[in-house]
Amino acid sequence: MKWLLAKASFGLLAVLFVSFAVATYHSTSSAGIGSPGVGMQVVETNIALEEKLAANVVPTPLPPADKGGVLAVNAYKNVQVLGHVSAGEFTRLMTSITQWVSPNQGCAYCHAPLRDAAGKPVVDEEGTVQVDLNNMQSDELYTKRVARRMLQMTMRINGEWKLHVKATGVTCYTCHRGNPVPANIWFDVPDTGDAEGALGNRAGQNAPAPVAGLASLPGASLRPYLVNDENIRVLSTEAVGSDNRSSVKQTEWTYSLMIHMSKSLGVNCTYCHNTRSMAAWSASPPARAAAYYGIRMVRELNNAYLEPLHDTFPVERLGTIGDVPKVNCATCHAGAYKPLLGVSMLKDFQILAEAKPQPPKTANLQANPAPSGTGVPPVPVPSPDALNVAPGDAGASDAGPAPALRPGTAPAPAPPSASGRAPARP
Amino acid sequence: MAEYQNIFTQIQVAAPADFGPPIVDEQFRIRYGRMSKLLGWVGSAQLGPLYLGYLGIASLIFGFIAIEIIGLNMWASVGWSPVQFIRQLPWLALEPPPPSNGLAMPSLNQGGWWLMAGFFLTISILLWWLRTFRRARALGMGNHVAWAFGAAIFLYLSLGFIRPILMGSWGEAVPFGIFPHLDWTAAFSIRYGNLFYNPFHALSIVFLYGSTLLFAMHGATVLALTHLGGEREVSQIIDRGTAAERGALFWRWTMGFNATFESIHRWAWWFAVLTPLTGGIGIILTGTAVDNWYLWAVKHNFAPEYENPPYVSGPDPALLAPLPQLKVKLLPDGGIEEYIVTIAADPSADGGTRSPPAIEHSETMPLAKALDAGSNVAEGGVELPVTLTADGGLALPMADAGNPPPPDAGADAGKKVRP
Repeated sequence: MKWLLAKASFGLLAVLFVSFAVATYHSTSSAGIGSPGVGMQVVETNIALEEKLAANVVPTPLPPADKGGVLAVNAYKNVQVLGHVSAGEFTRLMTSITQWVSPNQGCAYCHAPLRDAAGKPVVDEEGTVQVDLNNMQSDELYTKRVARRMLQMTMRINGEWKLHVKATGVTCYTCHRGNPVPANIWFDVPDTGDAEGALGNRAGQNAPAPVAGLASLPGASLRPYLVNDENIRVLSTEAVGSDNRSSVKQTEWTYSLMIHMSKSLGVNCTYCHNTRSMAAWSASPPARAAAYYGIRMVRELNNAYLEPLHDTFPVERLGTIGDVPKVNCATCHAGAYKPLLGVSMLKDFQILAEAKPQPPKTANLQANPAPSGTGVPPVPVPSPDALNVAPGDAGASDAGPAPALRPGTAPAPAPPSASGRAPARP
Repeated sequence: MAEYQNIFTQIQVAAPADFGPPIVDEQFRIRYGRMSKLLGWVGSAQLGPLYLGYLGIASLIFGFIAIEIIGLNMWASVGWSPVQFIRQLPWLALEPPPPSNGLAMPSLNQGGWWLMAGFFLTISILLWWLRTFRRARALGMGNHVAWAFGAAIFLYLSLGFIRPILMGSWGEAVPFGIFPHLDWTAAFSIRYGNLFYNPFHALSIVFLYGSTLLFAMHGATVLALTHLGGEREVSQIIDRGTAAERGALFWRWTMGFNATFESIHRWAWWFAVLTPLTGGIGIILTGTAVDNWYLWAVKHNFAPEYENPPYVSGPDPALLAPLPQLKVKLLPDGGIEEYIVTIAADPSADGGTRSPPAIEHSETMPLAKALDAGSNVAEGGVELPVTLTADGGLALPMADAGNPPPPDAGADAGKKVRP
């Protein structure tokens, strides 16, 4: 009887094991990146690949418009960015933007609505607000003013950031995908202030961090690198005798950023790195250089295009600590190694790639320009180690140029010796 | 017929508990002993007697304090929510002080709790070690268990005490937490250029895997000889019988050599002990003696070059040219003004890590030349001295910068030039 039970248990276990294996089996596809046999591969289940293909279908472009004829600047009022293109091409782009950004909201998402005698917006049977075709030049809605700046941003990316976007380029659809607010934007993580209590300091990490794929890595790792210009590189570049004092904690901030990039692109480390030496450019796949310029591009977009829109955005578009929505790698990539899997929409919308004949030096962000300027309010800057540095302790080092605000840099506890190395190191 | 099964023992002794020989400090014995059928299935059926003693009691108290400090800090970090404490437990941790603190005494919530928890945990472990040492003496045993435990303590102290002191910062130590200590481990390896190339790390892995192999070989041999009395290893050592002879012959037949019934235990003990010993040495050398294990391996010729990678690596973009950056200024009327600045690359601006030891391409593209090329960017212009090739690669302006073009740049540009 006992043996019967034992055999039955083993049999049941075997059945469960096989069922589990069958139920969880997914066929995979892989592509080699590096030298044969070194494991530099991108592997994906075919189910995930199909989902990715379905999620990255490019909308059919509108038929080409007449490139000749009257210029947009002469045909319409208040055309500040695309005045140099033909009215036909201008209208084609405007229609496409509606398709890409506000397919359900229509033109009135950005343009002033048609109003009835009582001043209320006119709504059709389907609930869509009707646009006032006689008042398209109005900058009444903040969305119009943001959209103008976003057009400038798109042209800047396509014109001057070819090192990252190559000839593929971007359009509004790359980020928006039919959403008025792109799905993958980010806000600053509020400082929980846990460093101020008597105990329970998380030191900016040790919680499931969405930005780092729910690892217990630092959760506010985007601002230091994608808005500020903090040091990403932590590895020593000499085998021995390096005076690089980057700490393991600082490495965790870089690590968090790298996991964000990996998740955003749906790739593993070896897509950009030969992981036997993360730092060696001489062994890295070329994608790493594209990523290098991507980080700088995102940094510029956040600083030059998003943060200046702070006063233009209504409060409900801002984050919990009042910061603007910002872009990161996922904003365009959305889980694909190339946005929209590398299909170029720009080739059908070359006016978004053309260098402006005379780049406008200014852009109006306010509906009713205020007499006195309201600058961008200072956003609290979580430095990677800010939660960790005790007040007054930050300047305890002279190990390098302003290391205190470098993320987690480990300054020498005592002045370095004449050789520049910390005395405690043998 | 009765069967003898070594894992699930079918036949058990059922008798009054055996309390062993009388000992001197009898009062510390917890004179509790009974037979347990459950325990008997997997080991000796007798539970107790337990010897606690001063050392054991003190060790448990210090250990309890350490666990309390760690646990209460973790609980406080989720706002004392019991649910979140359970839910997030694998993520939670007690962090060491910030690196900027050095070895100074930190305030409690800036790593002070970590230092205290580490202190009490270390005291607890050392007292427990002393306990294993003294209990072995009291029974007239050798101290092999205590020294083996000591090897593990050495690795623990290397990570949390010796290396942080050598590095001059408690911030270099490991956090107390489940996922956080694993993240620390990965970051540690990345920071110091891949621990894979640390020879002591390699030795530690050899001894670790070797331990499991030896354990499996020995356990299998003894199990296979049980019906011949092979489990009576000690009597087989001094009075070699057919079990020992057959086991020895089996290994000589299969691999030409055999350990003896005695020496196999020395093999296993040393492999186990050397695992944390060599690992600890590898930890202590990292960041103190060696800063980048991969480059160290390149220097000592044991990091072979990969053959024919299917891509051409480019140079470090940070060494190529400063990127023109778009800046904006908010105007009083609510508008903005754009301007472009080109910040000259400062090799020291990146924490020193951008400084040009750049082993690769140094012959064909002097750094100064590349930077000069960058300074030719017209004001407001965005022409980079790097151009895109038709296949999406990057082309360097070496000819433009007045340098001779590199020999066969297309095919060899990615190959590393060894220093």
